[in-house]
Amino acid sequence: MKPPPFRYADPGSVDEALDVLAAEGDGAKVLAGGQSLLPLLAMRLAAPTTLVDVNRVPGLDGVATAPAGVRVGALVRHAALLRDGAAAGVQPLLARATASVAHPAIRNRGTTVGSIAHADPSGEMTAVLALTGGSVTVARPSGRAEVGWQDLFVGPLETSLSGPAVVVDAFFPALPDRSGTAFAEIARRKGDYAVCGAAVVVSLDEDRRVAAVRASYLSVGLVPEVHDLSEAVAGKPVDSADWAAAGALARTLVDPDTDLHATADYRRLLVGVLTERTLAEAAAEAAAKVTGE
Amino acid sequence: MTTKLFGEPVRRREDARLITGRGRYLDDIGAGALAAAFVRSPHAHARVVDVDVEAALDVGGLVAIYTYEDLTGPMAEPLPVLIPHPQLHAPRTGYPLANGVVHHVGEPVVMVVATDRYVAEDAAERIVVTYEELPVVVGIDTARAAGSCVHPDVPDNVAARHHQETGDVEPALAASPHTLTFTQTIERSACTPLEGKGVHARWDPDDGSLRVYSSTQASTSVRAAIAAKLELSLDRVEVIAPDVGGGFGVKIVHPWPEELLVPMAAIRLGREVKWAEDRREHFVSSAHERGQRQQVTVGFDDDGRLTALDVHVWHDNGAYTPYGIIVPIITATQLVGPYAIPVYRVVVESLYTNTVIVTPYRGAGRPQGCFAMERTMDRIADALDLDRAEVRRRNLITPDQFPYDHHLTFQDGRPVVYDSGDYPGLLEKLTALVGWESVEERRAEAAGRGKLLGAGMALYVEGTGPGPYEGGHVQVLGSGKVLVSTGLTSQGQGHETVFAQIVASELGVPMEDVEVHTGDTRRFGYAVGTFASRAAVMSGNAVALAARGVREKALRIAADVLEADPSDLEIEEGVVQVRGTPGASIPLRTVAVLSNPLRYAFDEAAKQATQFATHDDTRPPVAPGDAPGLEHRDYYSPLRSTFASGAHAAVVEVDPQTWEIDVVQYAVVHDCGNVVNPMIVEGQVHGGVAQGVAGALYERMAYDADGQLQNASFMDFLVPYASEVPDVVIDHQQTPSPLNPLGIKGAGEAGVIPGSAALASAIEDAVGRRVAAMPISPSELYDLVRDPSSERTAAAGRRAGTGATA
Ligand SMILES: Cc1cc2nc3c(=O)[nH]c(=O)nc-3n(C[C@H](O)[C@H](O)[C@H](O)COP(=O)(O)OP(=O)(O)OC[C@H]3O[C@@H](n4cnc5c(N)ncnc54)[C@H](O)[C@@H]3O)c2cc1C
Repeated sequence: MKPPPFRYADPGSVDEALDVLAAEGDGAKVLAGGQSLLPLLAMRLAAPTTLVDVNRVPGLDGVATAPAGVRVGALVRHAALLRDGAAAGVQPLLARATASVAHPAIRNRGTTVGSIAHADPSGEMTAVLALTGGSVTVARPSGRAEVGWQDLFVGPLETSLSGPAVVVDAFFPALPDRSGTAFAEIARRKGDYAVCGAAVVVSLDEDRRVAAVRASYLSVGLVPEVHDLSEAVAGKPVDSADWAAAGALARTLVDPDTDLHATADYRRLLVGVLTERTLAEAAAEAAAKVTGE
Repeated sequence: MTTKLFGEPVRRREDARLITGRGRYLDDIGAGALAAAFVRSPHAHARVVDVDVEAALDVGGLVAIYTYEDLTGPMAEPLPVLIPHPQLHAPRTGYPLANGVVHHVGEPVVMVVATDRYVAEDAAERIVVTYEELPVVVGIDTARAAGSCVHPDVPDNVAARHHQETGDVEPALAASPHTLTFTQTIERSACTPLEGKGVHARWDPDDGSLRVYSSTQASTSVRAAIAAKLELSLDRVEVIAPDVGGGFGVKIVHPWPEELLVPMAAIRLGREVKWAEDRREHFVSSAHERGQRQQVTVGFDDDGRLTALDVHVWHDNGAYTPYGIIVPIITATQLVGPYAIPVYRVVVESLYTNTVIVTPYRGAGRPQGCFAMERTMDRIADALDLDRAEVRRRNLITPDQFPYDHHLTFQDGRPVVYDSGDYPGLLEKLTALVGWESVEERRAEAAGRGKLLGAGMALYVEGTGPGPYEGGHVQVLGSGKVLVSTGLTSQGQGHETVFAQIVASELGVPMEDVEVHTGDTRRFGYAVGTFASRAAVMSGNAVALAARGVREKALRIAADVLEADPSDLEIEEGVVQVRGTPGASIPLRTVAVLSNPLRYAFDEAAKQATQFATHDDTRPPVAPGDAPGLEHRDYYSPLRSTFASGAHAAVVEVDPQTWEIDVVQYAVVHDCGNVVNPMIVEGQVHGGVAQGVAGALYERMAYDADGQLQNASFMDFLVPYASEVPDVVIDHQQTPSPLNPLGIKGAGEAGVIPGSAALASAIEDAVGRRVAAMPISPSELYDLVRDPSSERTAAAGRRAGTGATA
């Protein structure tokens, strides 16, 4: 379990990183927190020719919170985002979901952007990016561009990024008005990748009726998906909405796989249960806001 | 005995060193050594057609490559069968490097030595081995079906048929008012110590000697194996177990191929060579345990008393049997637990499969035996509508029945005769500790919260401290320092503390003066090893006897000097004094100086001692039969094992929506005779319970039909974290062993034994479905409860008021 030989670059700017990536070609990989990449190297499942370590690039470690949403720099560690109260105020899912990412030691190194670039459909933050309708800023030699989550995730551990590219930040839009969110997951051990997880957002109208319900799941598909569950409960007063019906609908929309830890059927069961539970919680949060208006 | 320290919860003196990184583990040794890496078989069963090393040769830093062709003499022969047994009729072992055929994924085929481990792996990756795949046998069913075989000359895949019986079981069953027959399975797991195996070897060509460090549980035996296999004289080989990061059984197996190959390479290359096993290697090339299928037929009367028990076990022993059939024998003989069983028959078939070898893992066959027996008790209770604790109570051996002879033969070839115990006492303490009487109330309360609550219990008796012997050496230096040495090894159990406690108590010295050394053949050449919960019993008693020898000699010398009778002397805080006569005293360290008549006054101690020197011209300075120095070596060799016991209860809450299983209470009553250090015993119990919970709810070796281990990493092999291990409440009972001077019994493995049995019982009690396969995950529990053919318990039917017993 020792990595094969690789070259190592330690650029001081994004442009310099892009230069190295361009010069080294396909074999080069960006190294952020290393919590996913280094185990792959140690097990010789990946053999990059060059690691382009962006940890010393200045300016990538900020969280910028604005009314429209939260922009998370490429070097922001999970632990920092977890503790960022301002960010949680604008988009509560950030802290709620990050709390379930791995263990404290890994959260101290691993980056939120890295986990998105890693595109693991079992990751918390990929699901949150999808559910919130987020995007990433990609720096390429040709310039910077915003890439929406739908265009980013193409398969398990696979993004649409090719050629020299550095993700410089991820943008999570703010929680809409009269809305609440919730996050829950079930893992075999605390801190493990989830057997199944759900991130949801419930939006109400002025009359405390359910306006929209959306959910995104962990570990149930090849790429993060967002499911619109509104039809099961839309128009219902929030206090009498049948969240179980939304859960039942969700079960018909997902297509999970079987692995060592759970059957597809069990995951489907959890999709239903977690949907029902998180929606009730998110709805209560939304209702409290509407009442408070 | 001065009992000041014996029995006290003294803090572990090794912890500060280990926790602050000052431990010296295998990989801390030999920073400049060459590194070994192995090309291991990717196939479960295949012929090795060709090994092409060409592409590896130009890797910079490569030093040597070895294949089977390079092995000579005894190294080219199969590895030893450590523990032969007449009923192991077809023992098979591998070679240090594969000889033509590989029998499991992970078997070593080529050894690469290079300047460091990175380079060694680079070279190993370039070696091309061509295999011709052979049919693969995985799992007990496939092995029994014997459609293909692991070893061509063992066509039925049966390595051993072990059989014991205490009477005529068939008529006893026929005459029983009730009988039940059922089958159940328990999956493979493994020790997974935090530190893998590892070997470092250094050859001194000038004096032809070899020093080997190995992360082993048996350094003296590794030494003998190396000497024999490499054709060296025993006196030219020394083996040292440095700090070892856990063993749990896997490191008692020896010699591992690497323990021979690394020294071989060191000698051939004339350079230090080291191999530190990585986690992936550990999963596929060390050892596993537990995998069994059991068929139980039990006869019982209307009161739930056993009349006869007939058990057939199919045991998966993996590809080879280097450790004999120790695990299945232990299952067979420890299954009976604390119960009086009028007639018992057990047949174990030990089966070859194309998987990693199966050798003892903490508990060593006992968790499986306990699972069979305790689930039998649960079934009887269910069938008769009796309380599960009450059925157990009615079948217990009573305190007046000791010594209790089961008429079985234990793993050490000695009779299974329980030395002492109080099993009704255990059960009574357990039911009180867990609140067994209030389970129905709690069930109702939990139901109100939407949870299914269930409780289960399991009792066990554990043969501990088997022989043949262990030795101890105690020496008092002129500085006052007391050196204690024993040959068995430590893997973090706290031996430095408990052996020091024992010696300090026996000798009457402060514990700080005592320094303990273990597992170093330079200090102590004769030892057996650390396994079978034997260290405290065996070495504990041996060092106690050695300390008593030192004490006797010290009193004799001091008596001379103080002109007193030895029986009037006592030793307190390192000072020998005439009882009741203040001032008439001599420090033990001075006695140590006096014990050596050659006394150059190098230091103050020697100078001081001269004032006590006696001049008796009538005897030689060293009397016949005496020896210079204040030291003594002694051995403890027991007649047979001593039998510890315990009882566990678990309360679980199952979420009927997600089928998650939460262990909300875990209670342990533990009896290991006299306790040297209750804090250390409780630590052992806690660790054992963690591994018991692991085996019940988390860990399994997921082999696919091709013999590929699907979860060979800590990502997918689920060792529970602290967050998964329940709080454990412990109560103690002490029934001293009459067999040894200290009255102690072993405690190392106990905690793990009843885990699967107690938790299966609790889950079954919660969901009302028969749980016959462990471990069980939420996903599997979901499958079980919605399977219309899964058996409902009668108790669940009665609770539901339907009486249904589908
Ligand atoms: C034991 C363990 C448990 C874990 N559990 C979880 C869990 O429960 N949930 C979870 O979501 N994650 C989990 N992780 C993964 C962890 O969250 C990682 O930190 C994260 O997935 C990757 O972030 P990183 O900064 O470590 O990225 P790295 O490992 O450095 O990189 C990962 C990949 O992303 C690419 N990359 C990283 N940053 C950029 C960038 N700025 N631009 C372009 N490409 C980039 C790399 O090239 C690489 O391919 C776990 C990890 C471990 C070791």
